[in-house]
Amino acid sequence: MRKAFVPLLALAAAMFAFAPIYIANAPFEASMGLVSKIFYFHVPSWFAMFTAVFLSGIASGVYLFRGTPAADRLGVAAAEVAVLFGSMGLVTGPLWGRKSWGIWWPWDARVTIALLLELTFIAYLLVRKFGGPGSEKLAAAISIFGMFNVPFLYMSVNIWRTIHPKTSVVPSLPTGMPGPFWFSVAAYLLLMALLIQMRMQLEQRRAALDALFLEDE
Amino acid sequence: MLKAFLFTIALALQQPPGQTEFVPASSLPPSEQLPSAPLLVAAYAFVWLAAMFYIWTIWKRLGKVDADIRTLQQRRAPGGGR
Repeated sequence: MRKAFVPLLALAAAMFAFAPIYIANAPFEASMGLVSKIFYFHVPSWFAMFTAVFLSGIASGVYLFRGTPAADRLGVAAAEVAVLFGSMGLVTGPLWGRKSWGIWWPWDARVTIALLLELTFIAYLLVRKFGGPGSEKLAAAISIFGMFNVPFLYMSVNIWRTIHPKTSVVPSLPTGMPGPFWFSVAAYLLLMALLIQMRMQLEQRRAALDALFLEDE
Repeated sequence: MLKAFLFTIALALQQPPGQTEFVPASSLPPSEQLPSAPLLVAAYAFVWLAAMFYIWTIWKRLGKVDADIRTLQQRRAPGGGR
């Protein structure tokens, strides 16, 4: 992964640069027009966030039950990246909603649970930073709790009354839209994997620094 | 005269008749329509800026940790201050 890191980062940047051209050539959604193109980076940012949340939750579970340091490093790296992609979803969504629905934020089940998920992982990072010794385990429990929020968030549009589109939208995209959509999803997932790798490297260097400090004392 | 004047003012202050039916957004005057392009550009720009900012913070934190490691290694080297 280390050797391939720079070429993959260049590939991700190229995909993000090409995505607007691909998206611009995709057909318009009939009722919303141009603003509906936000769909191509709003939904993939949630795909990336959910994947990062699952990675963090599973790694945190492994760390809690087995105490593996590598799992803890993956847990914290994925949590931070989840917050990043969550912020992208929470910013692009209202920009789309303002035009389509006439309001920035509808406070329905979907957006409220999404905000809670973002706050859960911000809490994870705050506990890690300010919780003192042993906070890793408490944070790991928060991450697992956050992971179990994802199915509720995903299914919320089918369960509760909301103006958000249902989960059937992506599987039933009309001709011309799945190509740029899945291209964007691939770009986001690649970027997510690379950012987690970078963040894990930072944790490895910090562990090396701690070991040096301990040897020094 | 005064009566006519007050009547004219009362007429001027009267609220316009309420809207009684649905008006599609596309048939609103341009001044009342929200443009899509700035919202779309803002969304895409935010994604780029957030990703770039995050990469910059990791790079900065990595640089600080590496500098600390170098300082410790120099201190531990023979004749390095210990």
